[in-house]
Amino acid sequence: MFGTKVAVSNLSLTVRRGEIFGFLGPNGAGKSTSIKMLLGLVKPSSGQAFVLGVPSDDVEVRRKIGFLPEDFRFYTWLTASELLRLHGRLCGMAAAHLRERVPALLDLMGLTPHRDKRLRDFSKGMLQRIGLAQALIHEPELIFLDEPTSGLDPMGRRLVRNVIRSQRDRGATVFLNSHILSEIEITCDRVVFIKEGEVVASHDLRAFPDEEVCLFARARNLSAETVAGLSHWSTSARLDGERLTLATHSISVFPDILRYLVASGSDVFEFRPERLSLEDLFLKIMGEDGGL
Amino acid sequence: MGTWIMAGVTFREAARKKILWTAFLAGSAFLALFGTGMHFQIKEFTRHSVPPFVRYQLEAAMLQVGYYAVDLLAVVMTILTSVDALSGEIASGTIQAIATKPISRWQVLMGKWMGFAGMVAAYVAAMVGGVTAAGYFIGGVLPHHSLRGASLVFLECLLVMTVTFACGTRFSTLTNGVIVLGLHGLAFMGGWIEQIGAVTDTPRLVTVGVVSSLIMPSESVWRRASFEMQSSFTRSLQFGPISNVSAPSAVMVAYAVVYLLVALIVAIYHFHQRDL
Repeated sequence: MFGTKVAVSNLSLTVRRGEIFGFLGPNGAGKSTSIKMLLGLVKPSSGQAFVLGVPSDDVEVRRKIGFLPEDFRFYTWLTASELLRLHGRLCGMAAAHLRERVPALLDLMGLTPHRDKRLRDFSKGMLQRIGLAQALIHEPELIFLDEPTSGLDPMGRRLVRNVIRSQRDRGATVFLNSHILSEIEITCDRVVFIKEGEVVASHDLRAFPDEEVCLFARARNLSAETVAGLSHWSTSARLDGERLTLATHSISVFPDILRYLVASGSDVFEFRPERLSLEDLFLKIMGEDGGL
Repeated sequence: MGTWIMAGVTFREAARKKILWTAFLAGSAFLALFGTGMHFQIKEFTRHSVPPFVRYQLEAAMLQVGYYAVDLLAVVMTILTSVDALSGEIASGTIQAIATKPISRWQVLMGKWMGFAGMVAAYVAAMVGGVTAAGYFIGGVLPHHSLRGASLVFLECLLVMTVTFACGTRFSTLTNGVIVLGLHGLAFMGGWIEQIGAVTDTPRLVTVGVVSSLIMPSESVWRRASFEMQSSFTRSLQFGPISNVSAPSAVMVAYAVVYLLVALIVAIYHFHQRDL
């Protein structure tokens, strides 16, 4: 509760170890407050939050947690190297370990040429990258990233995306909050949608969808009989010149359709599923006035 | 360990504040003025063949004026540098990256408190030391109990700083500044009212002054510091910023220490409880 305003409500979330988890919802849905509760920055007025199996206000569990706040800010008189050393020391890292870890992280973030530059001279994108570096300094098991790609150019976004995947590959769990749905879509393994403090949907981005899926194909020599024969796998078919659009019950029928088209003498140039984009899915779940 | 890391980075942060260096510049300008004034005063005394005893006492009185000025500078500098130590970092979100590290909130607060305390100690030492050195090398006078007096000036600044920290855990920077300056202003006025009450033998005025000292004991600590550093001559002056017709007792100093500790506990409690 913030005064009389309810911030978040009966949210219940489970994040699997080793996944990149996307946390989606419109403005005011309670995303940032939920993250702050998980990090012990905000105390819930009721209910409990557990992180890595222990209450979220446990100080020791933070040795295993990294956090990049939205719009990362820190003492601007520190240099990039000093900032990382400070955060490493706060995490209890030994000086000898930091001597190796700091240059390696600066290199990973593409900030080696700026290691002795003060943060006041950093661009927004560079601040975002050094903020991500401080979150990773102690090689945490669980990493909370709040809008990690905001303010980044396309190269910066790709770099951050690769860093996030490398963290997953070393076994860390990444909890990602972002408004940039295209980034979430290509980075996350699973997303959860929240609205007014409730989890309203969960979506596995890596699994084949079992629900209805559209197929787009571009082919020549498609006869009317061939298109009519597609009714065996599809609920509707539309042919527009060489462009064929089908609605199917499952992506599992795609190989059969392709074999059928080739066997019936069609020359197939393009053949791909047309899934709902995450943005379409978001709007479908939240409604057009979802608040983004 | 986390406390010491925070103390170190806070000291460096505080030492970079422009207001600190402005206060050092103002203090240096004051010391230069003070030394020059004392130099010409000595010349005048020599020209008029003022008896050594009278001369010594007058120079000791001037020394007290010097301490009064640096005390005021130190208190104002303390408030202005520490006013955003917590509220500013909470408002900007800077604190989030620290509070999510494996250190307790009380360690964060104590580290910041120690860092600022170190900075204030350096400032008080430089300013009180500067006045003492000017008094000794130019006027040949030394205060009574100089170390005790300097320690009490430091205690006064520490008290004001701790109240600033306590308010900073609840209020915005601006509100915090208004509250702490208001409290110190109240204590300052209360001190004068108590002096007037003592001179005019008006017990009710003295009571008002004592009550204001209980609300904020900073001015009382300064008056005790001044009392400790004064010669018997300046103590006998009946009225003025350096007189002590009604010098606060050691009990009031003990009260100020307890007040400081309570303010520190309140600061830690609020900082621990609040959302960041």
